[in-house]
Amino acid sequence: MAKGDVKLLTMWASPFCMRVKVALAEKEIAYEEIEEKDLMNDKSDLLLKSNPVHKQVPVLLHDDKPIAESTNIITYIDQVWSAKPLLPECAYEKSRARFWADYIDRKVHPAGRAIWSSNDKDEVEVAKNNFLDIMKYLDGTLGDKDYFNGDTFGFVDILLIGLTSYFPAYEKFGDFKLEDYYPKLAAWITRSWARETVSESLTNPEKITNFVIMMRKMFGLE
Amino acid sequence: MGKRSEIKLLGTDASPYVNRVQFVLNLKSIEYEYIEENLACKSELLLKSNPVYKKVPVLLHANKPPLPESLIIIEYLDEIYPDIHPILPSNPLDRADNRFWASYIDNKFFPLFEELRQTPGKEGKEVIKKQIIEGSELLEEAFVKFSNGKAYFGGDDVGYLDVVLGCFIGWTKFFEKHIELKVIDELRTPKLLEWTNRIWSHEAFKNTIPGNETLLDFYMMLQIHKPPRAA
Repeated sequence: MAKGDVKLLTMWASPFCMRVKVALAEKEIAYEEIEEKDLMNDKSDLLLKSNPVHKQVPVLLHDDKPIAESTNIITYIDQVWSAKPLLPECAYEKSRARFWADYIDRKVHPAGRAIWSSNDKDEVEVAKNNFLDIMKYLDGTLGDKDYFNGDTFGFVDILLIGLTSYFPAYEKFGDFKLEDYYPKLAAWITRSWARETVSESLTNPEKITNFVIMMRKMFGLE
Repeated sequence: MGKRSEIKLLGTDASPYVNRVQFVLNLKSIEYEYIEENLACKSELLLKSNPVYKKVPVLLHANKPPLPESLIIIEYLDEIYPDIHPILPSNPLDRADNRFWASYIDNKFFPLFEELRQTPGKEGKEVIKKQIIEGSELLEEAFVKFSNGKAYFGGDDVGYLDVVLGCFIGWTKFFEKHIELKVIDELRTPKLLEWTNRIWSHEAFKNTIPGNETLLDFYMMLQIHKPPRAA
């Protein structure tokens, strides 16, 4: 569905980029992916020009106009490519979806990072329990539905699934299995990964776990 | 227009996040019942309405479950009352731009002030103050871009970023007075300074922006209940 030229600035290990790729795939939007070669040490001129405030990926370029911040990007493409809406119709349900999107954005990735970024046993235990508390809220919100959005895969599903390539790394370093605590949420992850739009957009979890090990080495933890 | 009892807002006078929602209710001429919370001793209603964060503001609309988070409440009000003083622009790119800066203000700029309060020692505080000044200069640039020569971020009239940043004006005066921090000044941020004067006198803002006494009480409560970190 062509509505102008679409490019996405990405980095392969960024879960926030992965989410946007899922959304673009769900909406069947053709785009050119431009990968940052060395995000940590040598950001491209295009990235620095497109997101001068944060200098971070992802950035969507729609007819060369930049839009930054993954949740913001997904909201934007949902509005511009309005077929197959990702957000619910009803104003109230839309607001509830935004609330959970905001909660996911604030809590999940930092909590996961806290699990693998320490070797102190007590710290890791606290981090693991904090992560599981967050999963508890999400499991409760999902309830018995197939998806957070109801019968169809939608906005909140996309925002959370994009982060799940990292989950096996959290389970490895926290020594736990999500399915032992929240089987419904674990089943949702499996169900969502069965979608081609997800499995083709998300980086292989094994590759991510190796990336996490590399980062631990950098921080002197391995 | 909502009947008085149909919309309730749980809040506290000194909270800029609550003030934002009040600005929008005022702009849209929506009647509402305001329930003041004592944050040092949170009510059952607040704890039940926002179990995830236990914070104000929370909007209670008719028989719907409670809605927390100021930016989410503002978008909700804009959607259910779209014809009265729209807050966000309609163009998707403009909406994305507005939301980007709201996210910057809430996730990068505002937290610096709490960080300043919590940081012990003069040296540590100077580092944070420098970041605040840099942030204010970014916001000056943003104002110039969005206003495009007009009076407000929203153009001729108040819009989303006027509400999102405008709630902070009482606090900038407070910081100038009590901790010698001039966030907005005539040399570095002249356009923002002119804008704050407009906001102070705007009908929808002027009676809602809390005065120095209210802010001082709130600041002292924070000092007691969330004391600064030890050096």
